[in-house]
Formats: sequence, C-alpha cells, structure tokens
Amino acid sequence: MRRLQSVCGMLIGAAAILSPALSSAAETVKVGVILGFSGQASASVDQMDKAINLYVKQHQSELGDVKLELIRRDDTGPNPDMARRLAQELITRDKVNILTGFFYTPNANAVAPLATEAKVPMVIMNAATSSTMRLSPYVVRVSMTQWQQSYPLGQWAAKQGVKRAYVAVTDYGPGHDAEAAFAKGFTEAGGQIVGSVRMPLKNPDFIPFLQRIKDEKPEALFAFVPGSKDATALMKAYTELGLAQAGVRLIAAGDCVPDNELESMGDVPPGVVTMGYYSAAATRPQNKAFVAAWKKEYGPDSLPSPFAVGAYDGMAAIFYVIEKQHGKIDPDATMALLKGWRNDDSPRGPVMIDPETRDVVQNMYIRKLERVDGKLANVETETIPMVKDPWPRLNPQ
Amino acid sequence: MFLYRAAPTLSPVEYMVRSHRLRWPELLPWLAILAAFFAFPSYLALGAQVMIMVLFALSLDLVLGYAGIVTLGHSAFFGVGAYTAGILAAHGWGEPISGLVVGGAVAGAVGLVTGLIILRTRGLTLLMLTLAVVSMLGEAANKAGWLTGGADGLQGITLDPLLGLFHFDLFGRTAYVYCALVLLAGWMFVRRLVHAPFGRSLTGMRENTARMHAIGAPVRQRLVTVYAIAAALAGVAGALQAQTTQFVGLNVLSFELSGAVLIMLIFGGVGRLYGAFVGAPIYMVAQDALSRLDPEYWFFWVGLLLVVTVMFARGGILGVVDQIRRKVMR
Amino acid sequence: MHEFISALVSILFHGLAYAMILYVVSVGLSVTMGLMGFANLAHGVFAMAGGYVAVSLMNGLGLHFPSAVALAVLAVAAASVVLERLLYARLYGAGEIEQVLFTIGLIFISIAAAKFAFGPTQQQLVLPEALRGEVEVAGRMFPTYRAFIIVVGAAIALGLWLGLERSQFGARVRAAVDNRRMARSVGIDTNLLFSLTFALGSGLAALGGALGGELLTIHPNYAIEHLVYFLTVVAVGGLGSIRGPFLAAVLLGVGDTACKYLLPDIGAFFIYFALFALLLWRPAGLFGRA
Repeated sequence: MRRLQSVCGMLIGAAAILSPALSSAAETVKVGVILGFSGQASASVDQMDKAINLYVKQHQSELGDVKLELIRRDDTGPNPDMARRLAQELITRDKVNILTGFFYTPNANAVAPLATEAKVPMVIMNAATSSTMRLSPYVVRVSMTQWQQSYPLGQWAAKQGVKRAYVAVTDYGPGHDAEAAFAKGFTEAGGQIVGSVRMPLKNPDFIPFLQRIKDEKPEALFAFVPGSKDATALMKAYTELGLAQAGVRLIAAGDCVPDNELESMGDVPPGVVTMGYYSAAATRPQNKAFVAAWKKEYGPDSLPSPFAVGAYDGMAAIFYVIEKQHGKIDPDATMALLKGWRNDDSPRGPVMIDPETRDVVQNMYIRKLERVDGKLANVETETIPMVKDPWPRLNPQ
Repeated sequence: MFLYRAAPTLSPVEYMVRSHRLRWPELLPWLAILAAFFAFPSYLALGAQVMIMVLFALSLDLVLGYAGIVTLGHSAFFGVGAYTAGILAAHGWGEPISGLVVGGAVAGAVGLVTGLIILRTRGLTLLMLTLAVVSMLGEAANKAGWLTGGADGLQGITLDPLLGLFHFDLFGRTAYVYCALVLLAGWMFVRRLVHAPFGRSLTGMRENTARMHAIGAPVRQRLVTVYAIAAALAGVAGALQAQTTQFVGLNVLSFELSGAVLIMLIFGGVGRLYGAFVGAPIYMVAQDALSRLDPEYWFFWVGLLLVVTVMFARGGILGVVDQIRRKVMR
Repeated sequence: MHEFISALVSILFHGLAYAMILYVVSVGLSVTMGLMGFANLAHGVFAMAGGYVAVSLMNGLGLHFPSAVALAVLAVAAASVVLERLLYARLYGAGEIEQVLFTIGLIFISIAAAKFAFGPTQQQLVLPEALRGEVEVAGRMFPTYRAFIIVVGAAIALGLWLGLERSQFGARVRAAVDNRRMARSVGIDTNLLFSLTFALGSGLAALGGALGGELLTIHPNYAIEHLVYFLTVVAVGGLGSIRGPFLAAVLLGVGDTACKYLLPDIGAFFIYFALFALLLWRPAGLFGRA
C-alpha cells in the first residue's frame, strides 16, 4: 500500500510539474510544507505528514471551491541552509501564500527572516524553542515550547514533595531550554538540583549516563530527549537498569513518551510521570473521534503522537484563515486572524494563539505512564489550564 | 634525433604552455551561469547554492584530485569559513567582501595547522584523521553556544549592501551575481595554480610519491601548502554560504557535508578542474528534482545514480565525455 | 573507595558490552579491507539487514530469538556473497574513490529500502524471558542481556582468533592479507578466499546488528549513523587484523563509557579525540603493518 501511495505520489508530482498551470476562476491557495521527510526524524515527520493528510481529507469540503495546493519539500534534517533555500524557492518560484512544517528549530530560525521580508505567514508545527517567535512578526506556533512544558513540571515535582532531582537532557537547543525551565520551576518551588548532565545528540546509548545517575541516588530524574528512537532508548535504559527499583522516579518531558513509540518501550515500570500537551489515551470526545479517524485511515495498530496533533492543529489554523478570507490570502489579514485564533475542537483540548506573542496557549497535562487494556498509555491525571509560555515573561526583550 | 623530428608530438615545454592556454569549452560554464541568470530567474537561490558547492568542490579537487589526499573532513574548512564570516556579520561587521577574506584566512590557518599534524599519514588513517578533525570542530561549535548559537544556529547575520550598492534581495539576484564573481575569481586562481610548476609537482606526488622524493621535491611541505590553500578556498565557499543564506547551522561542520561534496566531485570527475563544474550542478539539480517528486524516497534514486555511475561511468561524467571523444576522434 | 570501585565496575561492564557489539560488527570490515583493500563504507548495511531480518522473523513468523538470529546471519551472509560477486567484484581494481562513491550509493539505497519495507520507526527485538531482568555481577545488579552480550562477544572473539590462527583457512587469509600476489602465485584462490571472508564478515556484522539492536538501534539510517564508529574500530585496530579490532573496540567502548560516566559534558569528544591521538601515535593502527 505504501508502495502504491508512493508511486501515485510520484506520478501526481510529475503530472503537476509537466502540466501547464491550469487557470480557473476559483482561488488557489498554495501552502509550502517544509519537513525532514528523509532525515533522522523521519518517523516523527511521518506522523506529521499523516496528520496533514488526514485533516485535509476530513475538511476539504469546507473550503468550497477554493483549491488548496500543498507543496511538500524535504529539508533532510537539521539543515537550515537547505530549509532556507527551499523556503526561498517556495516563495519566489511557487508563490506560496503560507509556509508551514518546521520540525527543527534551526530550520525555522533560518526561514523566519524570509517570512518577514516576503510577508509570508509561517505556521510552526513543531520546533519548540521559545526565542524563535521574536525573529519575525509573521510567525505563529501551534505546537508548544519547552518552557511551557518543563517549567510547570518543575513546580509540580516540587509540590509533590520531591526534594532532590537530577537533570539529564540532550545537548542541543531544546534540551538546554528544558534543563533551564525545569530547574527554574523546581528550585523556585523549593527543590534542589543535585546534578545535571547534557547527553550528546548523536548518542547511541543512554546506559552510562543513567548508571551514573542511579549510583548518585537522587529522588527523581528529570529527562528530556527528542522523540523517536531516543525516547524508546531512554525508556528501555531506565527499565533495564532498574532505576525505579533503586528509588529514582522518572519525571520527564512529554517528548520522551510519544504515543506511537510506547508499543516498543517494553515493560516500563509503573510510576513514570510526564508533562505533555497531548496523549492519544485522552478521553475527551474530540480526541476519541480523532483517534478513531486516525486508526480508520492508518490501521488499528497505529496511534497519533503529539507531533501529529501539532500538524493537525496547524492545518486547522491554516484552514481557518483560508475560509475566513475565501481563499484570497492577505499576509497581514492572515496574521490578524491567527492572533487570538482559538480552537476548542482540537484533540488536545482547547488551544489558542496568544495575540501578543503569537505563541500557543494550551492546557498542559500531567500524565502517568500505565497499562490500559494491556497497552502502555499516557493517562492524564491533572490538567494545568491554558498555560502560556513563561519564557518571554522571564526574558523581557 | 630523427624520431624526435618526425613525431608530431610537442616538446614538454610547449605541451605545458599549450595546456595552460584557454580553450573554448572552458568558457561553457560561464556562459551557462550567465544564461541561467536570465533564463531561470526563479531558480536563482538554487543557482547561488550550486555555485557555492562548485567552489567548495573545486577546492576539494585541489586536495583530492591533484594532491591525492582522500578526505572526509573537508567541511571543517567550509564550516570554519562560514562561522567566521557569520560571527563577524552578526557582531556588526557586515561588509561582505572583507568577511569573505577573513573567513578564507581563518579557514586557511586551520588547514595549515591541521595539515601539519595529520599529513604525515596516508590512506585510511588520513581519512579517519580528517574525519576526527571535522567531528571535533562540530562538537566544539555545539558546545560554544554563546558564540555560535549552538544547535539553534547562528542568528542575527545582517549584511551591508555589496560594494555599498547592491542589497541582498529576496529573489537572490545579488547573491547569484556575487557567487558567480567569487567563483570566477576562485576558478582563475585554481587554474593558474594547477598549471604552475607547483601544481605539476602535486600531480607528480599523486602519481608517484617515492619518485618525487627521489628527485628532491619537498613532498610534505607541498602537501601541507596545497591543503592550506584548499582549506582557505573552502573557507571562502563557506563564508559565501553564510553571507548569502544569512544563517549558519551546525550542519556546515558535519561529515555528511564532506561526504556530499566528495560525491559531487567524484560524480563530475576528479583531478580535471571541471569535475566540480559538472558534478555539483547535476547532482544538486537531480537531488532537487527527485526530492520534489518523491520527498520521502529520493535517497534511493540518488543512491542508484551513484552506483550506476561507478559501474558504467568510471571517472565520472567528464571521464565518460573523454572516452566518447576518444572514440569519435579515432 | 567503595563508590569508586562501584563506578569502575559499572564502567567496565557497560563498556565491555558496547565494545563487544562494536567488535562483532567491525571485525569483518577490518579483514575485508585488509585483504582486498576495499573501502567498504557500506559494511553497516549488513549489520542493519541482520537486525531487520531477525526482527521480522521473530515478529512475522514467530521464530524464537536464537533461531531468528541464526537464520538472519545465514541469510545476510548468503545475500552478501551475491552482492559481492555481482557488484563489489567489479571494483577490486578500481581506486579508493570509486569504491567510496559506490558504497555511499549502497548506503543511500539501503536507507530508502529499509524505510520503504519496514517504515521509519526503529525495530524492537523481543528478548526471551531468560535474558530479561538483572543479574548480579561483582556484587552489583546489571542487565542480564548485556552480560549475555559480553559472553557471546568474547566467545566469538576467541573462536575467530583460534580459528584464524590455527586453521588452514586462517593461514590462507593471513597469507593473502600479507601479500596477495605472492599468495596467488602459490596457488591460493584469493577471489574465492575473498568471497568467503566477505560472507563471514557480513554474517558477523549481521550477528552484531541483530544482537546489538538494544545498543545500536535498528532503523533506516543505521548504516550512516554508526559508520564513524565502525571505521574508527577498524582504523585504530589496524587493517587486516583480528586482535586489533578487539583491542580497539574494548579501548573505545570502555573509554567512551568511562567518559560519559565520569565527564559527561565532554563525553561526545572522547571518541574523536581518542581516534585522533591513537592514529597519530600509531598511524597503522595498534596491530597494523606499517
């Protein structure tokens, strides 16, 4: 089936390039999607692509006779030069009205100045570094920021009576954000960071780091690793080394437990707590409908991850501005519409764009990793309503 | 004596002089660059990036094609040049041409120092040493987030207009012309260099190091020299990239980039001066087109292209062109 | 003092487990590169294939762990000979440059093919019950599976060493590595020998890939992601040697682990720095012939 899809995709692509532009009376909105389809994060990007397709399939009819054209380009991974060139081409050659995608922060950062220069609204579906928003007034984000997630998690951990925590993060931008955010929230609420380690991004094995932490015997370990295979590797190392039995609680960023990876994590011991904006196991009716549609489309064993929901809501925002403007996309009107855009139908619960910072405001959830019907799931236990990114407040311009 | 006069061959000196003379096919790349500017105004960003890679591959050709040093670490110099120019511009030094010169100079210095250390070795050992150099630099750039922006990339690069007149525009016109002129200068320099006695002695070392030692050529000194020169040139290419994209990411110091430029050069043809001009454009345009048709699986087609090239087109595209020409001439 | 010893035990244990996987995957590359001078950057593809085949045999056909791994090794070894005869053999006379381009091409194809066939997510090996949980080593609890890997790796190293030191096949391989033309002139069929060692090397890589799936995750970019580690083991160990890669793998595995444990902030530098220093000290590798 994948094969067939791919072949069809190629044929359609070829036809699109070869056929002369068909002019029709209806408006056409072109959206450039820049994502790392082929790179190291292709598993997560695959989720995003599926979500985009699902949204379009479900809501295409709402566009009426406005034609939506998605132009997908592969930035191959953390490759800002290429992302920038692709954006430049999408703007100048394909004349896209909106840019979206952006898995990696450096890629989003490299494109942001172009969004300003060309006045093309840019909807970030994943990249989670707070400072990106300051690079261009034409950027909005629908995913999350590390500060939005890890800062309240630090506060929460301290309130639970955890006194001594160890911090382990991946050594790159979002990891540094997560480290700083957790430490700030945790120490402000009275906790103490007993040790901190930054693990290399190209790291095949977490065991030595976790063994060290096990030997240090903190009460809790706060961890952040980027989704995909690193998440699974971290959870397996945690299980394998018996950290839980040794009394070290794992408190992690939601990135460490993407729903589509849970299946492969094995026998994770109970008691793992994470903070995240989306869990496929959430019981909201909006989410139940979303998961059902997802399984219908991509198979009963497939589960959407937070990456998918970021992309799904990104499409919701894009559809909203298209519908409101009847397909005639004006950059400034689009930005005005996006500022304050609110969606209560999102699988993740209510979500909106802060009109001031253009960043996402949403519920954050404390989740317990437990078995539901024999399968691991992130079960939401507490809701912290409508969290704003604390970073701009703590780092005034 | 008789034989010498009867054969229509040239004297060695005359041969050298003739091969240095400009022949008409050598103008083709420049005509193409000029024509592309007018013919494909919406592809100028790709064009500028292609020319940067051509310059980068050209510098690699000096090292690989002429001096016979197989390296997987050439991006070290590209990256150093890019970060140097980028950091200058981010700290208020926005004048492009001086940024280019400084970028090249710093990269050249890094090339000189590392060359002195690692060029005592050959083969796999040297390959791994070059790899270690670029990997260490990449890690250092990641760690030095205060200077390089780390994994988020270097931001805030703002450039002055070129020569105080031409702004770097969204369509990439200025960038295209700027890259073309720098490439022209780089090409003239390399062309002079390889036809000079220095370049000839490099080819000698590639073909038979022992014999060059025997005739008293200072082999290691020359290898280090050409390594540093190529490093400087790669640094200029990197600086050019930093300036035209106004962003520098950690990927400029990755061995993947070294691998990519190596592929482009081999694909075009090694040790021919023009391999870079053929390989980089074809490879990049092919990649662009394939990834547009099939963003998920274009890797497969590129891989197939490489395997087929090796199987049926030894010596790269220019190697095939040569073979065909020889057959036709016969 | 007690803490220091406990740290030391941790480092040695995890370092050795990592080293064994590196060794089993890389040793074949060392021999084939030494034997034919073939710069096979695509060696990791065989390791990845071993992992994928083993996982699919277990998940798809319900085979048990040992039989799935054994079958995967045989299948990859057989496939590698086909590939060697059809493609690699045509490049023996070619230069390093062509070989590099060709094997990079193979890596690209393998990335796309693996993603096409198995999807972009990593593959999980379901371990048999006996290998899960923890065992006690030197008074501390350690994961059973890693202990198992150390034992298997050490056994393979010993077997290879004895096999290639004592058997006639081994003598031929060593003769051919030392001087291929001379070996050929005394009647050794070096091409056949090469096919056999290539199959052996690829089979071992497949074994390492399948067994090491927990340490070096099996996913489409496997061959490129771990390439540097494999090449490092080969270069530091010395081409064409059996003992060299073992020592190199132990040195790098334990060193890397120690660095991550004791000096995590510069942990990523270790491997490159070690590579750099060792190769400058001994350019031909620890056991290589200059």
